Amino acid sequence: MKKIESVNDFVIKFANVNGSGSASANTLFAKSIMRMGVPISPRNIFPSNIQGLPTWYEVRVCEEGWLGRRGGCDLMVAMNPQTWEPDVAEIEPGGYLFYDSTRPMPQSKFRDDIHVLGMPLTEITNNAYSDPRQRQLFKNIIYVGALSALLEIDVPEIEKLIAEQYKGKEKLLEPNIKALHMGRDYALANLPCPLGIRVRRADRVGKKVFLEGNSAAALGCVYGGATFAAWYPITPSSSMAEAFAKHCRKFRTDPETSKNRFAIVQAEDELSSIGMVIGAAWNGSRAFTCTSGPGISLMSEFIGLAYFAEIPAVVFNVQRAGPSTGMPTRTQQADVLSCAYASHGDTKHVLLFPEDPKECFEHAAVSFDLADRLQTPVFVLLDLDIGMNERLCEPLKWDDSRHYDRGKVRSYQDLEAGARFGRYLDVDGDGITYRTYPGTHPKRGSFFTRGTSRDRYARYTEDGKAYVDNMQRLLRKFETAKDLVPKPERFDARKPSRFGVIYYGSTSPAMREALADLEAASVEIDALRIRSFPFHEEVIEWVNRHEHVFLVEQNRDGQLRTLLIAEGNVDPNKVTPVLHYDGTPITARFIRGEIAQRLGAFNVTPIKKTAATGGGE
Amino acid sequence: MTYLTKPKLHHPELPKNKLGFTRRDYEGTVSTLCAGCGHDSITGAIIQACFELDIAPHRVAKLSGIGCSSKTPTYFLGQSHGFNTVHGRMPSVLTGANAANRDLIYLGVSGDGDSASIGLGQFAHVMRRGVNMTYIVENNGVYGLTKGQFSATADRGSKSKRGALNADESIDLALLALQLGATYVARSFSGDKAQLVPLIKGALTHPGAAFIDVLSPCVAFNNHEGSTKSYDYVREHNEAVNALDVITMHREITTQYDAGTVQEVKQHDGSVLRLRKIDAGYDASNRITAMNFVQERYARGEIATGLLYLNAHPRDLHDSLNTVATPLNQLNERELCPGNAALEKFNTLLR
Ligand SMILES: Cc1ncc(C[n+]2csc(CCOP(=O)(O)OP(=O)(O)O)c2C)c(N)n1
Ligand code: SF4
Repeated sequence: MKKIESVNDFVIKFANVNGSGSASANTLFAKSIMRMGVPISPRNIFPSNIQGLPTWYEVRVCEEGWLGRRGGCDLMVAMNPQTWEPDVAEIEPGGYLFYDSTRPMPQSKFRDDIHVLGMPLTEITNNAYSDPRQRQLFKNIIYVGALSALLEIDVPEIEKLIAEQYKGKEKLLEPNIKALHMGRDYALANLPCPLGIRVRRADRVGKKVFLEGNSAAALGCVYGGATFAAWYPITPSSSMAEAFAKHCRKFRTDPETSKNRFAIVQAEDELSSIGMVIGAAWNGSRAFTCTSGPGISLMSEFIGLAYFAEIPAVVFNVQRAGPSTGMPTRTQQADVLSCAYASHGDTKHVLLFPEDPKECFEHAAVSFDLADRLQTPVFVLLDLDIGMNERLCEPLKWDDSRHYDRGKVRSYQDLEAGARFGRYLDVDGDGITYRTYPGTHPKRGSFFTRGTSRDRYARYTEDGKAYVDNMQRLLRKFETAKDLVPKPERFDARKPSRFGVIYYGSTSPAMREALADLEAASVEIDALRIRSFPFHEEVIEWVNRHEHVFLVEQNRDGQLRTLLIAEGNVDPNKVTPVLHYDGTPITARFIRGEIAQRLGAFNVTPIKKTAATGGGE
Repeated sequence: MTYLTKPKLHHPELPKNKLGFTRRDYEGTVSTLCAGCGHDSITGAIIQACFELDIAPHRVAKLSGIGCSSKTPTYFLGQSHGFNTVHGRMPSVLTGANAANRDLIYLGVSGDGDSASIGLGQFAHVMRRGVNMTYIVENNGVYGLTKGQFSATADRGSKSKRGALNADESIDLALLALQLGATYVARSFSGDKAQLVPLIKGALTHPGAAFIDVLSPCVAFNNHEGSTKSYDYVREHNEAVNALDVITMHREITTQYDAGTVQEVKQHDGSVLRLRKIDAGYDASNRITAMNFVQERYARGEIATGLLYLNAHPRDLHDSLNTVATPLNQLNERELCPGNAALEKFNTLLR
C-alpha cells in the first residue's frame, strides 16, 4: 500500500468534541512544530454551538512557508466517534488514521488505502486517573505525546511550552509532563514510529510572530490611540473586543492611580455600539466598534448619520458567511458591498482589507488617522479565517516618530486668533472641512450636528442648491481619500503578461502559493492585491493595462468586482470572477485550478500538467 | 422652514448672572414648533435653569433624537454644541460622548415616541448604566412630527384626533427609570415653571443619571374634525403654501398649584390631566416608596409630579468603568501609545 512520505510538508487534522479541552493540547502540538523552526498554519473549524458537538483543528505544516489552507488531510486524529465517517473519508490515499482503540473498530470501518494507528487512549487514561475531568484533559496530552513520537517532534520543545503555559501554577506542570511521556512511551513501544510524514528541525520561522488577526487588530487600536470601544457579542468578532480589553489593561492603565485610560462598553445591541462610537468620536475620542455582518445591517442607519454629519467612526467587520445568520462560524468576504454603501441614500465608505495579522495591526492603527482625517466612517474588513485563527507573520513594528493625524480640528487658540469657522466650509478645496470638539470655546466654533440637510454653516436647510453643494463636496472628499488610503501591492510576473489576477484580504496566502505554482508551470500572470476602497488610481490603470483580469473573492456575487465596475468604470467583460464561498478558507489548489482552467479557455499554453490543475477540494 | 437667528440686541438693564451672561445668552434660534406647543415652555424652563445655575453655555452638550421635542435643543443654549441624532437613539450617542469627555454637562432631550417606542431599549440601558446626564422627555402622548399617531405613553382608552381608541397599556417612563436605576427621577408639567425650573436645576447638578418626565401638550393633534380651528379646515381656508406652518395659534397652557394638592389641567383637546404635586413630607430617598407612590396615584387616575426619587450619592458610568479623571479625549500620544520597545517585548511573547 502507498504510504505518504513527506518531511515538513503535510496536513494533520484533529477531530474533537467541543468542550473536551482539546483546544489547548492541539495548540501545544502545533506550536511545538513552530518552535522547531517549521512554519505552521492552524485553523479552527467549528460549528455554531457551545458544547458537545464536533469541532476540528487543522494544522498545515509547510517548510516552504505557505500559510493558506492546502485542502485534504494526511493524518487524521479521529477523537470524535460522531464524525467518524466523514473524517475517515477525508484522509488522502496513503495517509494515516490515529484513533482511540479502547474499543477496537472492525476492519470494515476503515479504508484499504490508509494506515491505521490504534491506541487504547481511554483505557490508558482510565487506568492512570480516577477523576473524570482529569481523565478528559490528560487524554488530550497523552495523544500529543504519542504524536510527538510518531512525527519525531522534539520533546524538550513541548515541555518548554507546557512550562510556559503553567507558569505560576507549577503544581499542574508535573502531571502534564507525566501524561505527555505516558503517551510518548506507549507509541514508541507499540506504534510504527516514525511515520512517513514527520517533522525535522529547520530554520524557517525566524523572528516571525504567531497571533490571531482579531488580537492584532485590537493591539493596532491601542497603538492607534483608540480610547473608546463599544461592542455587542457576535462571532467571529467578540474576541477582538476581548483582546482590546486585555491589551488595554496591559498597556493603558495609569501606573499611579490604576485607573483606565480607556473605556469599553458592552452595549445592549449593535445600534447602541455604533451610536456610542459616534458620540465619543463627535467629542474627539478615537473610537471603534467591532462586529460581523448582522451587526453592520443593524448599524446602517447610524452609519449614514456618521457619513452625512461627518463624524469619524471605525468599524471592524470580522466577516462570516451570510446572508442572514448564514453560517455564523464559517468564513467569507461577503460584506464588501454592504459596507461600501452602508445606509440609505447616496453613501460611500472607506474600506480597508488587511491580509494577515500584521496588517490587521497596521490597518487598525491607520484607520483612526483616516477616520479623523476624512471625518467619516472607516471599515476594516477582516474575516473569520484571518480574525480567529493564529497565523505566522512578520513581527509587529511601530515607528516611534509617527504622530497621530487628528485631521482638521480648530483649537481654542485657532478660534481665539479669529480663524474663520464654518463647520461645512471647504476651506482647502479637498472636500474636508474643519470641526471643533464640543466645549472648545465659549463664544466661537459651536455648531449643531444633525443628519438633516444643512448649509456650510451647519444651519438646517432644505434648499436644493445647498443640499447638492454638500453632496458634491462629500464626493470631493471621497476623491481625496483615494490618495490617503493604503496603496495596492503589485506582483509582476517574470515576463510581461496580458493577464492579471486581483485579490484581497485573507485570500493572500493561498493566492501567493497559487501564483508560485502557476509560475512553476510556466504560467505568467501579474497580480495585484487591493488593500483599500476607494480604489487608488493605480488600480484602475493596472486593470486597463491588462487584456484580461481574474478577480478572486470569497463570496457568491463577486462583490469587489461589482465595486470595481461601478466605481472604477472598468469594462465588465474584462474581469472574470473566481469565486469560492462554501464557508471554508479558499485554498491554493482551488485558485490555481480555476485560473489554469480559464486560461486554457483563452488558449494560453503551455500549462504543464502539474498537481496544480484539477482544482477541487 | 429655515433657520432663524434671534436678534441679539441686549437691553442694557437685563439682569446678569455670575458669569456676566443675561438670559438671552442662553437662548437659541427662534422656535419653529406650533405656537402654544408645550415643548416651547420646556425650552424656556431649560434656559431659565441654566441661567440661574450660572452654567457656561459652551460647557453643555445638548443631544436629542428625532421628533418635535428633539428639535428643541436648537432653541436653547446657542453657544453649545448640539446633536440631533437618529430617532430613539440619542441615549447611546450621549453615552459615548460622556465616556469621551466626562467634564461637560450632558443634556438629553427626547419625546415619548422617541424614548418609549423606538428608543425604549436605549432609554432603559442609559438609565441602568448611570450615565451622568439630565434626560428630559417632553411627553405629549402622541407622535407630533409624524402627525398624531399614538405613542406608547398614551393612556389606554384615550382617543386620537381621528377618533381611534388606544387599546394598548401605556408605558410610564418615570416608573421605568426608577426601576432601572436612575438616581434622580422627577415628573412635571410643561406649564408649571415654578415646579419645572427647580427640577431641571436639580437634575443638571445631580452627578448621575437624572430623568425628568415632562407632560407637554401638543396643540396640533387635538383639533378635531368639524372644528373651524382644525388643521384641515385651516388648510382649506387659508392660502398659505406650507401646511405645517399654519397650525392655529394657541396659548401655552400654564398652571401653578400647591404642594400636596391635586390640580386639574384642561388640555387643548379638552381632556383633563389630574396632577398631584407631592407634598413636603414625601420621602424622596426611597426608590421602592417612590415606585409604590407613582403606581398608587396612577390607579386613582392621578399623575404624581415633583421630585420622586433622589440618591444623593450616585455611582456613574465612569465609576463602573474606572476611568481616569482626565477626559479621554484629552489624553496625549505619550499616554496612549506604548511605543515600539513595548511592541518588541510583546512580539517575543508571540513565538
Ligand atoms: C427610523 C425612523 N423611523 C421613523 C421616523 C419618523 N419619525 C420622526 S419623529 C417621529 C415621532 C416623534 O414622536 P415623539 O418622540 O413623541 O416627539 P414629538 O414630535 O411628539 O415631540 C417619527 C415616528 C424616523 N425619523 N426614523
Ligand atoms: S405637532 Fe404637537 S408636538 Fe409638534 S410642535 Fe406642534 S404642538 Fe408641538
